[in-house]
Amino acid sequence: MGRYMALDGNSATAEAMRQINPDVLAAYPITPQTSIVQTFSEFVADGLVDTEFITVESEHSAMSACIGASAAGGRVMTATSSAGLAFMWEVLYVAASTRLPIVMPVVNRALSAPINIHCDHSDSMGARDAGWIQLFSENAQEAYDNTIQAVRIAEREEVRLPVMVMSDGFITSHAVERVEIEEDEAVKRFIGPFQPTYPLLDIDNPVTYGPLDFYDFYMEHKKQQAEAIKRAKEMVIEVGEEFGKTFGRPYGLLEGYRLEDAEVAVAVLSSTAGTARGVVDDLRGRGIKAGLLKPRCFRPFPSQEIVEALRDKAVVGVMDRSDSFGALGGPLFMEICAALQVQGVRTRVVDYIFGLGGRDTTPDQIESVFCDLLQIAETDKIERLVNWLGVREGKQEVVTAA
Amino acid sequence: MATALKLKELSKREERLAPGHRLCAGCAAPTIVRQVLLAIDEPVIVATATGCLEVSTTIYPYTAWRIPWIHNAFENAASTLSGIETMYRSLVKQGKMKERDIKFVAFGGDGGTYDIGIQALSGALERGHRLLYICYDNQAYMNTGIQRSGATPHGAWTTTSPAGKVIPGKPQYRKDLTAIVAAHGIPYVAQASPHRWRDLMQKVRKGVAAEGPAFIDVLSSCNRGWRHPTNMTMEVLRLAVDTCFWPLYEVERGEWKLTYRPKEKLPIEEFLKPQGRFRHLFKEENKHIIEELQAEVDRRWEALLKRTGKA
Amino acid sequence: MVDLEAGWREIPEGGLIVEAGNAVEYITGAWRAQRPVLDLEKCTHCLFCWIHCPDCSILVEEEKMKGFDLDHCKGCGICAQVCPVEAITMVKETE
Repeated sequence: MGRYMALDGNSATAEAMRQINPDVLAAYPITPQTSIVQTFSEFVADGLVDTEFITVESEHSAMSACIGASAAGGRVMTATSSAGLAFMWEVLYVAASTRLPIVMPVVNRALSAPINIHCDHSDSMGARDAGWIQLFSENAQEAYDNTIQAVRIAEREEVRLPVMVMSDGFITSHAVERVEIEEDEAVKRFIGPFQPTYPLLDIDNPVTYGPLDFYDFYMEHKKQQAEAIKRAKEMVIEVGEEFGKTFGRPYGLLEGYRLEDAEVAVAVLSSTAGTARGVVDDLRGRGIKAGLLKPRCFRPFPSQEIVEALRDKAVVGVMDRSDSFGALGGPLFMEICAALQVQGVRTRVVDYIFGLGGRDTTPDQIESVFCDLLQIAETDKIERLVNWLGVREGKQEVVTAA
Repeated sequence: MATALKLKELSKREERLAPGHRLCAGCAAPTIVRQVLLAIDEPVIVATATGCLEVSTTIYPYTAWRIPWIHNAFENAASTLSGIETMYRSLVKQGKMKERDIKFVAFGGDGGTYDIGIQALSGALERGHRLLYICYDNQAYMNTGIQRSGATPHGAWTTTSPAGKVIPGKPQYRKDLTAIVAAHGIPYVAQASPHRWRDLMQKVRKGVAAEGPAFIDVLSSCNRGWRHPTNMTMEVLRLAVDTCFWPLYEVERGEWKLTYRPKEKLPIEEFLKPQGRFRHLFKEENKHIIEELQAEVDRRWEALLKRTGKA
Repeated sequence: MVDLEAGWREIPEGGLIVEAGNAVEYITGAWRAQRPVLDLEKCTHCLFCWIHCPDCSILVEEEKMKGFDLDHCKGCGICAQVCPVEAITMVKETE
């Protein structure tokens, strides 16, 4: 049986890491991830883990050391945020392409400039094509649960891919919540022992990692990788179900809230889903058929499941906590639009860019999104495809070209 | 018993770098790798920075390495190797693997070591990992086609420091990386050259025996970039050492020691003459650069003599 | 043996090469414009050529220089240059 503790998101994540007890951790401090590595340092200093902690001089070296340690043949973790993740960018690809099951909590924070330490998703969205599995957590409990599940998913023989576990900077990472922490032994049993494949440390069976690949084999390696992350979808489902059976909190690729009979719905990742849930209840109380879709797994993107969840909705408002500058809309919006389009589903979709750099997103604002959606449903007219929620337009009259 | 550093004895050992690698004819890098690996009796795991050595020895699906080997990226051989070394310590400590006295060796060119990789190198040295980092220093970015690096000598022609009418070759002096590394206070630092193979191999032995990080900066001729005939590799390296342009020395637990002193210190022209990259310096209007180079070699040599107590 | 036509299901995942040292299958000897020739009469078996060869192409058996691995020797001429007794000469491949 687990026990309930009052923990902020980072402490819950650090607890999961203590229980996972990785062989090597290589990490560098960055706001708002810092308290994870601080807490973990105490675990190391007090002998509560067997982990060797490499206190690297940068995030680039954090991921580089993780790659070396993982290839050497053991369980490896790190954690980062924002600029730290951006600094890792080059080697994120190396980790995924080399098929190393590294697990990395990412405490979401805006990217510079101007420098900003608060939450948005531009960091992990910037890494969405790096080949990592990406799980988003709504709250501290999910950050804890997802971190544990990530180890199982990453290390599955059919997958062997690294996993990022996202939680919202400050909102989740620094807010104290009631979190159920499972017994150490139960977590240890759930994740099982690490099974190395081709460890570098097996000096009697020498292997070459990271060769030069030309046009004659590079595509075959990329095809393997594409297939592996596709297979990961089933593993996310399986591990989520098993986690539910073991600990009583089942997980899937996505979560719907009052979605089945909803006419209009909002799709949003992470902590804002919590706020949106309250708005849905409120609207339902007023007889409005509102619903919520919270994707949990962003990579691999659960297109089919999202299409099934949204197929019969009149209008869907996607809320993106990052923009994809110069693109049609934010990353979540584009993925959902594309998924619906290829299935021939005509559900109307509009995008809302919100919460950049930690800008507060209030229930009123989310309600205004639902109001827009209802109006679109009624008039069948979309006035603006991409909307910026809560941005000040200023006093000046703006004339936009038709 | 360690294998004696005698060629007849060493020749009985299995080569850890197989032939069939695709480094250019006459490249010094594979000779350096062979000498380093032949000097080590224990099992070795190698990490290599992006560069000529890396690309030419592991063109998929072929690998020239007969020992565990990894390439990660250009700037991170030191951090990658720290991960491997740390995993080894972790697994041994936990009883998950048997202790085997594995030696951890990194190879990086001057680009990957002096320039883009210096941060990762410095971090790894400061953390005290038990590893030996070998820089094969050919004094430019040869893999991308001979661009100047922090290791390129003053006045040298490269494709990004061309011998122009206004700017005749690289305006700056080369970075003294060996001294920078020595300033970390790690147990063992040295400079070596493969033409003095026994000196190099002795340094490797000391490096892998050190209780902590070791670093050896090895001068490595690239005949494509230095512009000399392929057979002249060892001769040009000899001239680098005998002109005191590339002194052979070591810094053992903070103690500086010359390991070779030329009987006669040759003028720097002797090193410059056989190399096309310095040809323009012999034009009348550029001769002052040779004087500047000589003055800089003298200044560094005198400083080294002072540090080694030989002044 | 290396299979240059292998499909994506048939190669190890992650770009790994699991046949250590299989580069020996790759013949670099074809690059050569000049070939080293050994005069055994002069050779003192000092093995300077062996320790300086970039291509592990000096064949040594029982401490004795036995000749060259011409499958891999690229003809750089370092062996001839470092030989203290001029026992190695470089001749054109066309000769």
